[in-house]
Amino acid sequence: MLSRTAADLYWMGRYMERAESLARILEVGYRMSQTPDSDGTGTSRNEWESTAVAAGCVAGLAEKYGDATLDSVIRHLVLDEDNPSSIQSCLKTARTNGRAVRPALTAESWESLNDSWLDFTANWQRSLGRDNILAFLEWVKARTTLFRGATLGTMVRDEAFSFVELGTFIERADNTARILDVKYHVVLPAGEAVGGPRDYYQWATLLRSVSALGSYHWIYRDSIQPWLVAELLILRPEMPRSLIFALSQVRACLDAITSAHKQNYNCLRLAGRLHAEIGYAKIEDIIRSGLHEYLSEFLARNDALGNEIAADFHFYQ
Amino acid sequence: MTQGDAVPTAAFDEMILDDGRPRPGLEALVGWMLEAPRATLKLRQADANVLFRRIGITFAVYGEGGDPERLIPFDIVPRVLLAREWAFLARGLEQRVKALNRFLDDVYHDGEIIAAGKVPERLVLLNKAYQPEMRGFDVPGRVYTHIAGIDVVRTGPEDFYVLEDNTRTPSGVSYMLQNREVMMRLFPDLFNRHRIAPVEHYPDDLRKTLQSVAPPACPGEPTVVVLSPGLYNSAYYEHTFLADKMGVELVEGQDLFVKDNAVFMRTTRGPQRVDVIYRRIDDAFLDPLTFRSDSTLGVPGLMNVYRAGGVTLANAIGGGVADDKAMYMYVPEMIRFYLGEEPLLKNVPTWWCEREDDARYVLDHLDELVVKEVAGSGGYGMLVGPKATPEERAAYAERIRAEPAEFIAQPTLALSSCPTYVADGYAPRHVDLRPFVLVGADKVRLVPGGLTRVAMRAGSLVVNSSQGGGTKDTWVLEDGGPDHA
Repeated sequence: MLSRTAADLYWMGRYMERAESLARILEVGYRMSQTPDSDGTGTSRNEWESTAVAAGCVAGLAEKYGDATLDSVIRHLVLDEDNPSSIQSCLKTARTNGRAVRPALTAESWESLNDSWLDFTANWQRSLGRDNILAFLEWVKARTTLFRGATLGTMVRDEAFSFVELGTFIERADNTARILDVKYHVVLPAGEAVGGPRDYYQWATLLRSVSALGSYHWIYRDSIQPWLVAELLILRPEMPRSLIFALSQVRACLDAITSAHKQNYNCLRLAGRLHAEIGYAKIEDIIRSGLHEYLSEFLARNDALGNEIAADFHFYQ
Repeated sequence: MTQGDAVPTAAFDEMILDDGRPRPGLEALVGWMLEAPRATLKLRQADANVLFRRIGITFAVYGEGGDPERLIPFDIVPRVLLAREWAFLARGLEQRVKALNRFLDDVYHDGEIIAAGKVPERLVLLNKAYQPEMRGFDVPGRVYTHIAGIDVVRTGPEDFYVLEDNTRTPSGVSYMLQNREVMMRLFPDLFNRHRIAPVEHYPDDLRKTLQSVAPPACPGEPTVVVLSPGLYNSAYYEHTFLADKMGVELVEGQDLFVKDNAVFMRTTRGPQRVDVIYRRIDDAFLDPLTFRSDSTLGVPGLMNVYRAGGVTLANAIGGGVADDKAMYMYVPEMIRFYLGEEPLLKNVPTWWCEREDDARYVLDHLDELVVKEVAGSGGYGMLVGPKATPEERAAYAERIRAEPAEFIAQPTLALSSCPTYVADGYAPRHVDLRPFVLVGADKVRLVPGGLTRVAMRAGSLVVNSSQGGGTKDTWVLEDGGPDHA
């Protein structure tokens, strides 16, 4: 496969995944902002700021729009063309990537991308505001799910498919780690109960943002414990948004891509090591040595893995 | 301008006779058209637009603002050629394209046609499209124009004129294929009731054609690629479409590189050798080392490999010398000279302003003529005399006086019309036809029909998609009429 094609497929997967994550993060922020005591009293940062932090867009937002509010978040995280990670940019870039490799996609995958962008420009771009933001986020989740379904349901399991998946799961690992990291400072030692009802609510919404609230109850049959949430999102292999799940997918993709040739790939080594380390970790150790430090290191290594993938497959000549 | 002042009043209609009856062979189709409920047709026309937009078939139009990914209007009424009409056209097209290829081979070798005084030397050597780099170089199979698009118009039952030859990178074949696809989805019953020659095998024919001209030294099955300028090219959709249907890689200049007198593409598994490049990039941009040094679309060193026989380019470099609008005048002469045959398809009488008598005539009759730039294409920069205002004609006359050799003029032909579905029912609209001729080292291949372009505005004669023209599905009825079997 052409290296440029592989790069486009990889980034298409990443940007669609990023759009979905962003929609989830924004939805959580919106729900939190709707709780009675959410107007900032007693806390140092408001929900919109932590939303921007989770999205990795806090600096850009502050620089361009000042305070994080519902309106500035919609402008920067959803509509801002200068922000490469805004939902609009994600949808547009994913579609541009897809268009560049149209022959490598099935009609269903391409049409889901293309329709999403056309629908966005026709029905959302100009009318988006605080009144319809929730409906919009639902729409984003529906569109990204459709794309995911079309890709899984129609694409031949070849190299092209593997690169889309690779991008999807590198991005997902990144997003899950970020979402979890936002709450690092309130993670308590194992066994201790969460503080007030507001805290409880925040952890519940965090779980909801990765569609894991139901799974949490099924797996732990317990009230929400921060360290169990961390375990669920880092170590549980049955949880499709956990770091271990994402990394095992990344490994499987890399194995599929490289199985046909005997070269020595750095990315394979990095992915294998990262995957194994998570696989043998214990949540108690992670928390004892600091969740934030752990997640920061993970994000850096996941980034490095992304760079190694780009180098090994000659994404940028 | 109103509908009433359409230029040629006595246009030949391809479907309906003067007395209002259907042409023989088309009774079933016309009957169906008249029976079909208006509401259904309206719905189908809307469905067609949705299908095209969803599949992503759009066409980028430059310099006019508005939606840069414009949909080419598609008309649901097919344009029909009877089998015997097509058989005649096909022979004429094959003859013409053979002569054009012989001509290109000649002007890059011994120049016999020039020596014989049949074509003026300066018209060849001073032509901007003439590439001295190609002199004395034998291209595989002696084929220069592997893919030719010959624009044909019709003025009467037996009267077909060639309007222009496109020997560089003619586009539009993807619309021909998608129009058929969409028609079959929208009107399956029509395809049951008629025996319509299929066109779907075009990509296979194209691949076979390209493989047939691989460098002689190529071992095994040749690797073919489509070379595109990229996403922002107006025909990008077509490039992706053809690569996909042929099952070959779509590459851009940045994906290719030259090493050890061979061309390679960069893949995730390292370099892979390329044997035949179906390039959709103009000559000037192909190799920054030989042609325009500012080109970022091409491949440095490509020309060297090409000349050393390490890779085949289709179409060959320098083919444009055969298709400018001044050279057009000499094509009938080429057919006589190289093939010893009389041309089957007619040329439109053409005045070339380089010749003083011609220039005088053209300037005196601007209100009757269509004037075109010799090197122009796509319907840009032409003057349709009868439709222009006196001011427009005066301004154009100035341009002709300044550079007479750059302009040719032709009479406005009474282009045939075909019923077309418009807001208030069926109305005649002018059409042309671009059949695609594939020339391999082994043989010439033609799929029946071609791309029918239609001027969507009443009375308009301009069918170019860049000028608001639309397209129709083109049928060749294999038994000349409905299937009663």
